[in-house]
Amino acid sequence: MKILYFAWLRTTIGKSTEEITPPETVKTVSDLLDWMPSLGENYSSALEKRDLLRIAINQEYADPEHVIKPDDEVALFPPVTGG
Amino acid sequence: MIKVQEEDFDVGQEIKNLTQENHAIGGVASFLGLVRDIASNEEISAMTLEHYPGMTEKMLAEIEAEANRRWELDASLIIHRYGRMEPGEQIVLVITCSKHRKAAFESCEFLMDYLKTKAPFWKLEETSEGGKWVDARDSDDTAASRWIET
Repeated sequence: MKILYFAWLRTTIGKSTEEITPPETVKTVSDLLDWMPSLGENYSSALEKRDLLRIAINQEYADPEHVIKPDDEVALFPPVTGG
Repeated sequence: MIKVQEEDFDVGQEIKNLTQENHAIGGVASFLGLVRDIASNEEISAMTLEHYPGMTEKMLAEIEAEANRRWELDASLIIHRYGRMEPGEQIVLVITCSKHRKAAFESCEFLMDYLKTKAPFWKLEETSEGGKWVDARDSDDTAASRWIET
Protein backbone atom coordinates (compact mmCIF):
# COMPACT_ATOMS: atom_id res chain seq x y z
CA MET A 1 0.00 0.00 0.00
CA LYS A 2 1.02 3.59 -0.52
CA ILE A 3 1.90 5.44 2.64
CA LEU A 4 2.55 9.17 3.06
CA TYR A 5 4.20 11.08 5.90
CA PHE A 6 3.93 14.79 6.64
CA ALA A 7 5.60 17.46 8.80
CA TRP A 8 7.89 16.08 11.57
CA LEU A 9 6.86 12.51 10.76
CA ARG A 10 8.28 13.00 7.29
CA THR A 11 11.54 14.48 8.57
CA THR A 12 11.96 11.83 11.30
CA ILE A 13 11.28 8.90 9.00
CA GLY A 14 13.31 10.55 6.25
CA LYS A 15 10.90 10.18 3.34
CA SER A 16 7.58 11.61 2.26
CA THR A 17 6.11 8.50 0.66
CA GLU A 18 6.80 4.80 0.12
CA GLU A 19 5.17 1.53 -0.88
CA ILE A 20 4.94 -0.92 2.00
CA THR A 21 3.68 -4.49 2.24
CA PRO A 22 2.72 -5.24 5.81
CA PRO A 23 2.29 -8.88 6.92
CA GLU A 24 -1.20 -10.39 6.69
CA THR A 25 -1.68 -10.02 10.43
CA VAL A 26 -1.94 -6.25 9.90
CA LYS A 27 -5.67 -5.66 9.45
CA THR A 28 -6.34 -2.23 10.94
CA VAL A 29 -4.68 1.17 11.28
CA SER A 30 -3.82 0.26 14.85
CA ASP A 31 -2.14 -3.01 13.71
CA LEU A 32 -0.16 -0.99 11.16
CA LEU A 33 1.10 1.40 13.83
CA ASP A 34 2.06 -1.62 16.01
CA TRP A 35 4.04 -3.13 13.15
CA MET A 36 5.77 -0.04 11.74
CA PRO A 37 8.44 0.40 14.45
CA SER A 38 9.92 -2.94 13.26
CA LEU A 39 10.93 -1.16 10.02
CA GLY A 40 13.75 0.71 11.76
CA GLU A 41 14.85 3.11 14.44
CA ASN A 42 13.60 6.17 12.55
CA TYR A 43 10.13 4.60 12.43
CA SER A 44 10.11 3.71 16.12
CA SER A 45 11.15 7.23 17.11
CA ALA A 46 8.55 8.78 14.76
CA LEU A 47 5.87 6.57 16.34
CA GLU A 48 6.84 7.34 19.93
CA LYS A 49 4.01 9.85 20.15
CA ARG A 50 1.55 7.64 18.30
CA ASP A 51 -1.43 8.72 20.40
CA LEU A 52 -0.92 12.19 18.98
CA LEU A 53 -0.88 11.09 15.34
CA ARG A 54 -3.69 11.59 12.88
CA ILE A 55 -4.44 8.98 10.24
CA ALA A 56 -6.13 9.44 6.88
CA ILE A 57 -7.22 6.59 4.62
CA ASN A 58 -7.84 7.62 1.02
CA GLN A 59 -7.75 11.27 2.12
CA GLU A 60 -10.40 10.95 4.86
CA TYR A 61 -9.69 10.92 8.61
CA ALA A 62 -9.83 7.39 10.00
CA ASP A 63 -10.00 5.78 13.46
CA PRO A 64 -7.44 3.24 14.74
CA GLU A 65 -10.02 0.46 14.21
CA HIS A 66 -10.38 1.29 10.52
CA VAL A 67 -9.63 -1.77 8.34
CA ILE A 68 -6.95 -1.15 5.72
CA LYS A 69 -6.75 -2.72 2.26
CA PRO A 70 -3.70 -3.24 0.01
CA ASP A 71 -4.72 -0.53 -2.48
CA ASP A 72 -5.44 2.12 0.17
CA GLU A 73 -3.56 5.40 0.38
CA VAL A 74 -2.60 5.75 4.04
CA ALA A 75 -1.30 9.03 5.46
CA LEU A 76 0.25 9.61 8.88
CA PHE A 77 0.69 13.11 10.23
CA PRO A 78 0.75 15.23 13.38
CA PRO A 79 -2.22 17.41 14.40
CA VAL A 80 -2.74 20.10 11.77
CA THR A 81 -1.54 23.69 12.28
CA GLY A 82 -2.81 25.66 9.28
CA GLY A 83 -4.88 28.81 9.16
CA MET B 1 -15.08 28.03 -3.86
CA ILE B 2 -11.76 26.55 -2.72
CA LYS B 3 -8.31 27.72 -3.79
CA VAL B 4 -5.11 26.12 -2.52
CA GLN B 5 -2.22 28.03 -4.03
CA GLU B 6 1.37 29.16 -3.62
CA GLU B 7 0.81 32.69 -4.93
CA ASP B 8 -0.54 35.69 -3.03
CA PHE B 9 -4.09 37.00 -3.46
CA ASP B 10 -5.93 40.33 -3.58
CA VAL B 11 -8.66 40.52 -0.93
CA GLY B 12 -10.54 43.40 -2.57
CA GLN B 13 -10.56 41.69 -5.93
CA GLU B 14 -11.76 38.41 -4.41
CA ILE B 15 -14.69 40.15 -2.66
CA LYS B 16 -15.57 41.94 -5.89
CA ASN B 17 -15.51 38.64 -7.83
CA LEU B 18 -18.00 37.10 -5.39
CA THR B 19 -20.40 40.01 -5.16
CA GLN B 20 -20.47 41.82 -8.50
CA GLU B 21 -22.90 39.45 -10.23
CA ASN B 22 -25.10 38.78 -7.19
CA HIS B 23 -27.10 41.70 -5.82
CA ALA B 24 -29.05 39.54 -3.40
CA ILE B 25 -25.97 39.73 -1.18
CA GLY B 26 -26.43 42.24 1.63
CA GLY B 27 -23.40 41.47 3.77
CA VAL B 28 -19.88 40.18 3.41
CA ALA B 29 -17.71 38.88 6.27
CA SER B 30 -14.05 38.06 5.81
CA PHE B 31 -11.11 36.76 7.79
CA LEU B 32 -7.55 37.32 6.64
CA GLY B 33 -4.71 35.45 8.35
CA LEU B 34 -1.17 36.89 8.24
CA VAL B 35 2.29 35.57 9.13
CA ARG B 36 3.44 37.05 12.47
CA ASP B 37 7.05 37.86 13.30
CA ILE B 38 6.86 36.55 16.88
CA ALA B 39 5.62 33.18 18.12
CA SER B 40 6.12 31.76 21.64
CA ASN B 41 8.42 34.75 22.37
CA GLU B 42 10.73 33.81 19.52
CA GLU B 43 11.45 35.87 16.47
CA ILE B 44 10.30 34.26 13.22
CA SER B 45 12.12 35.09 10.00
CA ALA B 46 9.81 33.03 7.76
CA MET B 47 7.33 30.21 7.78
CA THR B 48 6.83 27.28 5.41
CA LEU B 49 3.42 25.72 5.05
CA GLU B 50 3.32 22.08 4.05
CA HIS B 51 0.07 20.43 3.02
CA TYR B 52 -1.39 17.17 1.74
CA PRO B 53 -2.37 17.86 -1.90
CA GLY B 54 -5.69 16.24 -2.66
CA MET B 55 -6.84 15.81 0.93
CA THR B 56 -6.49 19.55 1.56
CA GLU B 57 -8.91 20.41 -1.26
CA LYS B 58 -11.25 17.61 -0.18
CA MET B 59 -11.37 18.73 3.47
CA LEU B 60 -11.83 22.40 2.59
CA ALA B 61 -14.68 21.49 0.22
CA GLU B 62 -16.33 19.41 2.97
CA ILE B 63 -16.00 22.26 5.46
CA GLU B 64 -17.43 24.75 2.97
CA ALA B 65 -20.34 22.42 2.15
CA GLU B 66 -21.06 22.09 5.88
CA ALA B 67 -21.15 25.90 6.29
CA ASN B 68 -23.57 26.13 3.36
CA ARG B 69 -25.74 23.48 4.99
CA ARG B 70 -25.86 25.34 8.30
CA TRP B 71 -26.26 28.90 7.02
CA GLU B 72 -28.01 30.43 4.04
CA LEU B 73 -25.06 31.77 2.09
CA ASP B 74 -25.05 33.37 -1.34
CA ALA B 75 -21.34 32.84 -1.86
CA SER B 76 -18.27 31.65 0.01
CA LEU B 77 -14.56 31.39 -0.65
CA ILE B 78 -11.60 29.80 1.11
CA ILE B 79 -8.07 30.58 -0.11
CA HIS B 80 -5.17 28.92 1.68
CA ARG B 81 -1.55 29.36 0.61
CA TYR B 82 1.32 26.90 0.97
CA GLY B 83 5.08 27.27 0.59
CA ARG B 84 7.44 29.79 2.18
CA MET B 85 6.12 33.10 3.49
CA GLU B 86 7.66 35.98 5.41
CA PRO B 87 6.13 38.02 8.26
CA GLY B 88 3.33 40.26 7.05
CA GLU B 89 2.39 37.99 4.17
CA GLN B 90 -1.16 36.75 3.72
CA ILE B 91 -1.71 33.04 4.48
CA VAL B 92 -5.44 32.42 4.51
CA LEU B 93 -8.63 34.17 3.44
CA VAL B 94 -12.22 33.21 4.20
CA ILE B 95 -15.09 35.20 2.71
CA THR B 96 -18.78 34.56 3.33
CA CYS B 97 -21.63 36.43 1.66
CA SER B 98 -25.24 36.42 2.76
CA LYS B 99 -28.40 38.49 2.70
CA HIS B 100 -27.88 39.48 6.33
CA ARG B 101 -24.81 39.91 8.50
CA LYS B 102 -25.49 37.22 11.11
CA ALA B 103 -25.09 34.28 8.71
CA ALA B 104 -22.01 35.88 7.17
CA PHE B 105 -20.28 36.55 10.53
CA GLU B 106 -21.11 33.16 12.04
CA SER B 107 -20.22 31.05 9.02
CA CYS B 108 -16.93 32.91 8.55
CA GLU B 109 -15.92 32.10 12.13
CA PHE B 110 -17.11 28.51 11.75
CA LEU B 111 -15.04 28.05 8.58
CA MET B 112 -11.86 29.34 10.24
CA ASP B 113 -12.38 27.24 13.39
CA TYR B 114 -12.98 24.08 11.36
CA LEU B 115 -10.19 24.78 8.90
CA LYS B 116 -7.68 25.15 11.75
CA THR B 117 -8.46 21.72 13.17
CA LYS B 118 -9.27 19.71 10.02
CA ALA B 119 -7.41 20.99 6.95
CA PRO B 120 -4.07 19.13 6.56
CA PHE B 121 -1.59 22.02 6.75
CA TRP B 122 1.54 22.17 8.92
CA LYS B 123 3.63 25.22 9.77
CA LEU B 124 7.40 25.12 9.99
CA GLU B 125 8.79 28.29 11.57
CA GLU B 126 12.28 29.55 10.79
CA THR B 127 13.96 30.96 13.89
CA SER B 128 17.55 31.84 14.75
CA GLU B 129 17.87 28.27 16.07
CA GLY B 130 16.64 26.68 12.86
CA GLY B 131 13.34 25.22 11.68
CA LYS B 132 10.67 24.36 14.25
CA TRP B 133 7.36 22.58 13.61
CA VAL B 134 4.48 24.43 15.23
CA ASP B 135 2.54 22.45 17.83
CA ALA B 136 -1.24 22.24 17.56
CA ARG B 137 -3.03 24.25 20.25
CA ASP B 138 -5.79 22.91 22.49
CA SER B 139 -7.53 26.27 22.22
CA ASP B 140 -8.12 25.57 18.51
CA ASP B 141 -9.88 22.30 19.38
CA THR B 142 -11.97 24.15 21.96
CA ALA B 143 -12.90 26.80 19.39
CA ALA B 144 -13.99 24.13 16.88
CA SER B 145 -15.89 22.07 19.47
CA ARG B 146 -18.38 24.87 20.20
CA TRP B 147 -19.83 24.34 16.73
CA ILE B 148 -20.70 20.69 17.39
CA GLU B 149 -24.42 20.24 16.78
CA THR B 150 -26.29 18.57 19.63
